This record gives sequence, structure tokens and C-alpha cells, in this order.
Amino acid sequence: MKAENYIKLDFPSRSSNEAFARTAAAAFAAQLDPTLEELGDIKTAVSEAVTNCIVHAYPDAIGRVHMRLRILPGGMLEILVRDWGKGIEDVEKAMEPLYTTGGEERSGMGFTIMASFMDKLKVRSRPGRGTAVVLRRTIHPRPGRV
Amino acid sequence: MNISASFQAGRLTVCLSGELDHHEARRALCELDELLDEYLPRDCALDLSGLSFMDSSGVALIVRLQRRMRELGGRVWVENPARQPRRVIDASGVDRLVPVAMTKL
Repeated sequence: MKAENYIKLDFPSRSSNEAFARTAAAAFAAQLDPTLEELGDIKTAVSEAVTNCIVHAYPDAIGRVHMRLRILPGGMLEILVRDWGKGIEDVEKAMEPLYTTGGEERSGMGFTIMASFMDKLKVRSRPGRGTAVVLRRTIHPRPGRV
Repeated sequence: MNISASFQAGRLTVCLSGELDHHEARRALCELDELLDEYLPRDCALDLSGLSFMDSSGVALIVRLQRRMRELGGRVWVENPARQPRRVIDASGVDRLVPVAMTKL
């Protein structure tokens, strides 16, 4: 599918960049005229995906996080969050609600929240090579808006 | 993110404001633990009316608070979450563990 617009961002896996990443995503998504609720959902999903890179992909070092947002035909927002970190051994297990290897400040609900706030969630991972998460959400035009 | 607290008649009310994500989570958990250790409350209300954003880090904080209050033999509930935190609470199912009260209309 040909993108109508896109942005690409690279940033180090510092937790101070979590707020930046979700705010940038929301600012880009704004051109689709989302509702406040849709914007909140996008910010939340991005926050979860980026936090996973910071906590799990690069647990002992600072690594590169890549985020690409595309607007695809039909008002579809696609978010790719990719890292080159340690990867996930068992993606299915990692996606189970409440499963976490992240200690007490993690809830194990990251993938569950991404899946419930987005129309589509795809996770590809290779141990030792990294992980790519693709999220898609269609923003439907609102009636009564010019 | 900011944490403020008030204590009255055995009830600790903890108010979170701003945005709660993983970056803020460790400090928030520490401050929460200090408050519980200081007051040993009978009841604890977590007021989220001023919290404009939270992700699953907020869910972890609610679960932790519930565990601590269970140890203290007290009750805990979430008060007046704004829309986005409410959606995260609902999606995570943490409201089955900790009740959510809407007291402000």
C-alpha cells in the first residue's frame, strides 16, 4: 500500500524519550482529524511499544529505537516500532496478559493494551536480532466536519 | 507527574497528576510506598482526576497499591479517572481487582 504521508524517527532507548515518542505520534496522527479518544489510544499504544524496547530489548544498554508512522489509504494510521535488541524467545508467551519479565513496575499488560486499542497488532522478533511491532488503526472521518 | 496526598480519619487520599509512564513509574512507586509506610492507612483512595495520561505503568502502580493495602488489611479504590486512564484501566481488567468510583459528576 502506498503511503500518503510518513515520518521516521530514530532515538536512543532512554526512558525520557517515551513521552516524546507518543507526543510526536499524536502530532503526526492529528492530520487524520482523530477524536480525543482516538488520540489517547494512539499515544497509549506507542507508549507501550516504545517502553518494551527500553525495558526488554536493551535491558543493560542504550540502543537504537526506530519509529515510523505512515498514513495509508482509507485513513489508516500505521505505526512501526523497531529495535535491534535482544529479541523475544517466545512471542506468543510475551503477548499473554500479565506475563512479564520486567519486575514489579511492569504489569505485563503492554501487548494486551496495544491489541485492544489498535485494529491490528503484529509482532516479529528474532532472538539476538531485534523486534518489530506494527500497529494499525483506521481513523474514520467524522460526520459534520468540513 | 506529581503526587500529592492528604490523610484524614484513617483514609489516605493519593492524587496523581500529569502523565504516568514507565519513565515516571519507579519514582511514583517509591513515593507511594513512603506514604503507605508513613500513614499505615485503613483506607486508601487513588484519585486520578488530575492524571491526563497513563499507560500500563499505571496498571502496575494500582496492582502494587492493592497488594500493599491487602497487607495492611485495608481497602483501596480508584477515584474519578479521566477518560484515557479509564480506558487503560478497563482494557487491562484491573478494575476487577480494585473498584473504580466516580464521585465527581
